[in-house]
Amino acid sequence: MAEQAPGTRVPTVIAEDVHIVYRVNGARTGKGSATAALSRIVKRGGEERGVRKVHAVRGVSFVAHRGEAIGLIGSNGSGKSTLLRAIAGLLPPESGKVYTDGQPSLLGVNAALMNDLTGERNIVLGGLAMGMSREQIKERYQEIVDFSGINEKGDFVTLPMRTYSSGMQARLRFSIAAAKDHDVLMIDEALATGDAKFRKRSEERIRELRRQAGTVFLVSHSNKSIRDTCDRVLWLERGELRMDGPTEEVLREYEKFSGK
Amino acid sequence: MSAPPSPDEGLTAAQLAAKYGLAVSGARPSLREYLGRLWGRRHFILAFSQAKLTAQYSQAKLGQLWQVATPLLNAAVYFMIFGVILNASRGMEKEVYIPFLVTGVFVFTFTQSSVMSGVRAISGNLGLVRALHFPRAALPISFALQQLQQLLYSMIVLFLVVIGFGSYPDASWLLIIPALVLQFCFNTGLALVFARAGAKTPDLAQLMPFVMRTWMYASGVMFSIPVFLADKPQWMASVLQWNPAAIYMDLVRFALIDEYGSDYLPQHVWAVAGGWAVLFAVGGFVYFWQAEERYGRG
Repeated sequence: MAEQAPGTRVPTVIAEDVHIVYRVNGARTGKGSATAALSRIVKRGGEERGVRKVHAVRGVSFVAHRGEAIGLIGSNGSGKSTLLRAIAGLLPPESGKVYTDGQPSLLGVNAALMNDLTGERNIVLGGLAMGMSREQIKERYQEIVDFSGINEKGDFVTLPMRTYSSGMQARLRFSIAAAKDHDVLMIDEALATGDAKFRKRSEERIRELRRQAGTVFLVSHSNKSIRDTCDRVLWLERGELRMDGPTEEVLREYEKFSGK
Repeated sequence: MSAPPSPDEGLTAAQLAAKYGLAVSGARPSLREYLGRLWGRRHFILAFSQAKLTAQYSQAKLGQLWQVATPLLNAAVYFMIFGVILNASRGMEKEVYIPFLVTGVFVFTFTQSSVMSGVRAISGNLGLVRALHFPRAALPISFALQQLQQLLYSMIVLFLVVIGFGSYPDASWLLIIPALVLQFCFNTGLALVFARAGAKTPDLAQLMPFVMRTWMYASGVMFSIPVFLADKPQWMASVLQWNPAAIYMDLVRFALIDEYGSDYLPQHVWAVAGGWAVLFAVGGFVYFWQAEERYGRG
């Protein structure tokens, strides 16, 4: 990062006319039988064969700056999580470009964990999947176990994760994900799960992570948590950027829109 | 927006990005940097393969014992069908044929399961690909490594069978190490190729079992190619014998079975084995890397 004169704002994420298209196989409307699938293949030449396209994000552009906490709001299926993945470079855009400073990371390791393994092994596996070294994991291991609180009711960390209650699973997943520090951090909604005590603890941890991170993106359906944490809000609707501005301004319009 | 006017006003996104040193998110790194990142993730690759291996039988009552029991049962079934019922030995002594058959089954299964898990390495792990950053080649390599560990369990069974039929451990047994290392390189390359193909066309997962079965029957798993094709033109036997699966099977058989001498092997067998390994490992890796930024696309 080049040295900047005080007062100028340093961009950390630039999105330029980003489009994201999902291709769904075998979801064409109409008959789902094998013969129907075959006739589709025979009839349609070229690219389209039996593939349905879902245009999830349509031409979103914005610039995020260092030190900003940006909330993403919009109704279900408006493309919030998809946009987040594109910024993180995990979902290649169909067209347009995303420029970032360093490697943005998505908070969450669920996909790397295996229910058939013990909590102990999952902590190591999740840490390695996030790019931590074995030493870092060893250092933080006790911290993760204590934070998750799964050992409060007996020695659960040496049992397979499938034996945990869903609340306990969610707590362990969050604890592993939150163990790493991030530069550009993206948080998807409903991460802070579990009972009231754990929710409080995890909200605190998110706040802490936010302080360490340069730029934060938060996807949430809770206007309260957006108000608490974000100074700027992007409002997505049907994949389009409907509004971009200071939190209060956008939320007021959004609440009017959603009829609250 | 009520932002104060900034000196960056009027710059295009690309100019702005260049000015502050931002890079395109999710762009493909150079081959050398890619290798470096992959090396940095070596602990993850190993841990992931071991985790998959353990998770496989964790619900079974006998647990990890199945690692050994599964290949044993496999060998027993093939022995029943080809050794007893079909009598495919064609003049080979029973002391040679049974270890010959079991070796073939295990060594071929190693390649077969590497390919099959390679096909699903990306398409079956989209959740992981869309959630975390790591060089995507880590997945197919990890799956190939899982199959290697699986093979090591099978080797316990294989040693018992070979010893049971009268071939005792000697110095030539050490040759299975280079043979399996070469085969592992070949398998990994093949898994990388199919991982990219399977990411684009998930239908390969349905098609590949048939391709693999054809390959198995053509590679002389349960019969000796030169003996079986004795009355056919020489080039047919040569083509079949020089295919990588047959080469690696023959090398392991040669190493383990006393009476399976070098007259069963094609010429320059080690050179061919090494050639296949290098060709596929390097080619497969480069081929996989070329689509790195596209894995995970919806």
